This record gives sequence, C-alpha cells and structure tokens, in this order.
Amino acid sequence: MTTKHRTISIAKRGFDFETAMWYFTRLSALAMYLCAFIGLAGALIMGARTQMNLADIIRWTFMPNPNHVINTNIPDLAPWATVFWKIMGSTFVLFATSHGLHGLLSVLEDYIARPWVRRTLRIIVLVFTLAMIAIGIIMLWTA
Amino acid sequence: MGIKRNVGLMTGLRYKGKGPMLTFVLHRVGGLGIVTFVATHMLASYLGGQAGILLNSIYEHWAFQIFIFFCALFHAINGLRIVILDLWPKLIEHQREAIWVEWAVFLPIYAIAVMVILRAAQGG
Repeated sequence: MTTKHRTISIAKRGFDFETAMWYFTRLSALAMYLCAFIGLAGALIMGARTQMNLADIIRWTFMPNPNHVINTNIPDLAPWATVFWKIMGSTFVLFATSHGLHGLLSVLEDYIARPWVRRTLRIIVLVFTLAMIAIGIIMLWTA
Repeated sequence: MGIKRNVGLMTGLRYKGKGPMLTFVLHRVGGLGIVTFVATHMLASYLGGQAGILLNSIYEHWAFQIFIFFCALFHAINGLRIVILDLWPKLIEHQREAIWVEWAVFLPIYAIAVMVILRAAQGG
C-alpha cells in the first residue's frame, strides 16, 4: 500500500489558539517526561535505591515534593527539599495543570454543542487552572 | 452559532474502532482519572482537616492505587505514542504496530506494579 504525503504550510492552515494548544499538549507531555526522568534520576542518586520502596519512588517521580518521601528510610530530607526540587516541582505543576485541565475542556467540548455553555466552561476551566497552579506552587514553597 | 454534529453520542459509543478506538477511550478515561485524583489530592492537602484524612484513606487503598496507576501509566505511554506519531506524521502508517509496541511496554510494567501493590496490601 502506498500513501501519498501531503504537506500544507502553516500559513495556509492558519495558526489559532486551538492549534497552539494542540502543540502545547504534545510538547508539555514531553516536558513532563523530562521532569519525571530528572526526578527519578535524582531520587536514585540521593539514595532511593536502598532507602525507598517502589511506591515511594513512583510518588516522588510524579511530583518531587519532600512530603512524598517523608515515610521512607531516608535519614535526612534536606537534599530532597532544595530550591532545585522546588523549581522542578513548580515546573511540573505548571505543565501538568494546564495540560490536564485543557484536556478536560477538550473532552467536555466534544460532547457539548451549546455555545454559551462552551463559553462558560472555558472561563470556569481557565479560573480553575490558575487557582490550581497557584495552590500547587504555594504548597511546594511553603511546606 | 452552534456546532453541527453528524453523529450523536449514542451512535459514537457503538462505533467499532477496535485497537485504536480502545486506546482513544482509555486515554480519555485515564486523563479524567488523573485530573480528578490530582485536583482532589491537591485540594485535600491544601485545605487539610477531616476531608483530607478521608481522602488520604481512599488514596492508600490498594484498589484505588491499582486504578490510578493504570490511568497514569497508560496515559503516559499512550501519550508518548501520540506525540511521536503526531510530530512525525510519516510514521502514522505504522500506527497499528505502534499500538502493539505500546501494549508490550505497558503490560509488563503494570503487572509488576500491581504485584507490588498487592504484596504491600497483604502486609509485605
């Protein structure tokens, strides 16, 4: 089976908010993979191999928050609570919240056709996204 | 100006798209599961109190852990497949093979995690 490839330039396709979010969803996924791998590598370097079980490593990998490793055999939490991990966690929160809540919006908009409901939903999701990013970052830096 | 739909929701649900359709549905279910979990988890630890304690007891339950790890792992691995196929569109010809590779990566990792979760639930 032969398939003919067509390439349409971005100028002809148009580049609007939806297209930007289409790219954002995919690129933020890659960014989150990077954050997770840095978290995993960091945990192994800081002693997770002998001092933590699999569940704790997974929890730390998904969110580098020292509260996630508080119940392990790690003797000193200080290296797990540095500014580096706070920045890494904040980056993760930023990408995860915007990626996740935009995903929620696209699922909802697939099943909702009424324009005013869609407009209202967009505002609610935007406000909720900003609130959750703020809550996440506040918790990471004040915990 | 409303949006015109050629296919209703019920007809859509009866669509027999096989493997690719299954990953599409699981990706959505997994994504919604993660959004619900992460949002309630963040709000619970931010607000604290009785609700926080109740939610923590749900999160620590083995059945919930098996469910949420399915959501997170499947969404992550399927998402990586979508990213690769979308950013390199020429690979779309191999999408069925890509889905087989995806299951081959997902199943062993998930099986090991479920085993660990169940063993921990039985008390080590």
